[in-house]
Amino acid sequence: MKTYNLTHLKQLEAESIFVIREVAAQFERPVLLFSGGKDSIVMTRLAQKAFWPARLPFPLLHVDTGHNFPETIEYRDNLAKDIGAELVVRYVQDSIDKGRVKEETGYNASRNMLQTVTLLDALEEFQFDAAMGGARRDEEKARAKERFFSHRTEFGQWDPKNQRPELWNLFNGKKNFGEHFRVFPLSNWTEMDIWQYIALENLPLPTIYFSHEREVIERSGTLLATSEFLTLNDQEVPSKRIVRFRTVGDMTCTGAVESEANSVQDIIGEVAAARVTERGGRADDKRSETAMEDRKKEGYF
Amino acid sequence: MSHQKNYLDMDLLRFTTAGSVDDGKSTLIGRLLYDSKSIFEDQLEAVERSSKQRGDEIVNLALLTDGLRSEREQGITIDVAYRYFATPRRKFIIADTPGHIQYTRNMVTGASTANLAIILVDARKGVIEQTCRHAFIASLLKIQHIVVCVNKMDLVNYEEDVYEKIKDDFADFASRLDVPNVDFIPISALNGDNVVDRSNNMPWYGGNTLLYNLETVYIGAEYNHVDARFPIQWVIRPQSKEHHDFRGFAGRVAGGVFKKGDEVLALPSGFKSKIKGIHTIDGDLEEAFAPMSVCITLEDELDISRGDMIVKPNNPPDSTQDVEAMVCWFSDTSSLQAGKKYTLRHTTREVKCIPKEVRYKVNINNLHKIEDDLEVKLNDIARIAFRVSSPLFVDSYNRNRLTGSFILVDDMTNVTVGAGMIL
Repeated sequence: MKTYNLTHLKQLEAESIFVIREVAAQFERPVLLFSGGKDSIVMTRLAQKAFWPARLPFPLLHVDTGHNFPETIEYRDNLAKDIGAELVVRYVQDSIDKGRVKEETGYNASRNMLQTVTLLDALEEFQFDAAMGGARRDEEKARAKERFFSHRTEFGQWDPKNQRPELWNLFNGKKNFGEHFRVFPLSNWTEMDIWQYIALENLPLPTIYFSHEREVIERSGTLLATSEFLTLNDQEVPSKRIVRFRTVGDMTCTGAVESEANSVQDIIGEVAAARVTERGGRADDKRSETAMEDRKKEGYF
Repeated sequence: MSHQKNYLDMDLLRFTTAGSVDDGKSTLIGRLLYDSKSIFEDQLEAVERSSKQRGDEIVNLALLTDGLRSEREQGITIDVAYRYFATPRRKFIIADTPGHIQYTRNMVTGASTANLAIILVDARKGVIEQTCRHAFIASLLKIQHIVVCVNKMDLVNYEEDVYEKIKDDFADFASRLDVPNVDFIPISALNGDNVVDRSNNMPWYGGNTLLYNLETVYIGAEYNHVDARFPIQWVIRPQSKEHHDFRGFAGRVAGGVFKKGDEVLALPSGFKSKIKGIHTIDGDLEEAFAPMSVCITLEDELDISRGDMIVKPNNPPDSTQDVEAMVCWFSDTSSLQAGKKYTLRHTTREVKCIPKEVRYKVNINNLHKIEDDLEVKLNDIARIAFRVSSPLFVDSYNRNRLTGSFILVDDMTNVTVGAGMIL
């Protein structure tokens, strides 16, 4: 007798497509949060598959901190054009100019925390009631308990003790006016799954994921790219190194790794041998033991 | 390249872990992750730091999985957490659920998607009420495989008699349950005996290690490939020049196999048609089966929308407005009210329902029926008869987990208050 089995990547793909379609069906104004990082690129591909041959029934939203790598912005614009998706961009700079947030200053300044306000403002401006993000449960311990459909109060906040149980493949997106949901279609993917899928689907990526020469400084064991946004102290001397990035965040807090990996296959080899998590290079997570949990409660992704 | 080939051939096992407080469940998971080399240096360093701060004598692997601050402070796990690891054979998803009595809700949630359940028994305490409760929930949720890990063998001098006694006691209880496959393994999660590596301390044990068991257990029969069920999620209408007349039905196959050219029946309309094509962005498929997400087009233009179901005319599900189910109640603020209207979500279909009668509750520690107290409160499991506002297309939960399950939503709070398994 013939056996009907799906490989684990095909099962993950089918699950994510199911979740994305549920979002389109259960909400009035969903949006897909696009950061230009590999996870949001995979999520966008899955969304394309979910509705093909139609276009995405929701826009992409990018919260631009103004400190992004220029390669990411270029990639974002091209992708939106290629798949015919509507792209909405909102700027942290505007939130600063309007006095909605106060810019951090000094040595460890980062706009990472400020994104939350810009994001919540954008959700309100467009009345988005479901925002899909590429976060994965394997990334960080506070995310291990996140639901696919994560309910947020009218203040956009996450209450870890008051999340709805999710059983089988039944998702409850009911909410009161003014509340919204964060939805994580990639919840069950790991970093390795993402890379294998990128290889399987032959997805193009922003160039900063691959090995290149860049001027960096070393700070608390992390290599940071020098740029006009990074304040150096007297001891920090920039040097040129062959590096690549494992995640795409702000230039001020995303650590590079020294690497010769030029292709997705090289990167897969590197990930398989890696002894440090991908967020190990994120200065924003190192602020405290529960940095992610605290940011999530405030409305961060 | 060979690395990638292996990776693309891997399958997926979802398992749940249940244990009582202090059974060493978090330690076991930490051990599985650690010994299978799924722990990264920065994670381990963080745990070493925390262990030292707390004054623990050895590196406390349990800290790897205790995620939220409130849990770390209380030293207990308060919600379902999901963990991931892979070996060259399989990828694993662990639904890590707390075991104390007030969290039956979480165990049911974790078990709903699991292929296998690990039940931890403290070798010093033996089979206790909580062990029975975990086994009952696993059987209620139709988990095919149970692995009973007799933990803390190091604290009973690795004695075979202790293990055999627990095995007999559990087998005695399990004979009253419906679980096809039960295995027993004596372990010490703290020291790693029989978790990933074979133990030298228990030469009398001739069975497999836990990881070997997880890697090799047969999971080919998890989905129903007999009864064709395709709940419609979304209708794809591109409205473009290129695909002007395209009308595709998007969904995830919940059972059976659909092939191009198959005669199908649409519910509730009762119209018949044939499958014109099964489409994906990567090209058309010859067939689709559970749990694939696909888009199906039909030869005839039928008016079908979300919540409808495409099936085969010779083997339709029950179409009914009267549903009899085992329900687990989740709400800590309100008990089930007979005669009150709830929203019921079954597959992609949403209807209103009224609980007509609570037949009985189950004492989940000894499986006795409770017929003199019928108030269904948080963590209760009860058999209930419902009347729904329009027909549902159902199979028994025994036959199909996806078309045999539903959730109940309170319309006042929008909260999921119950989960049902159709009898």
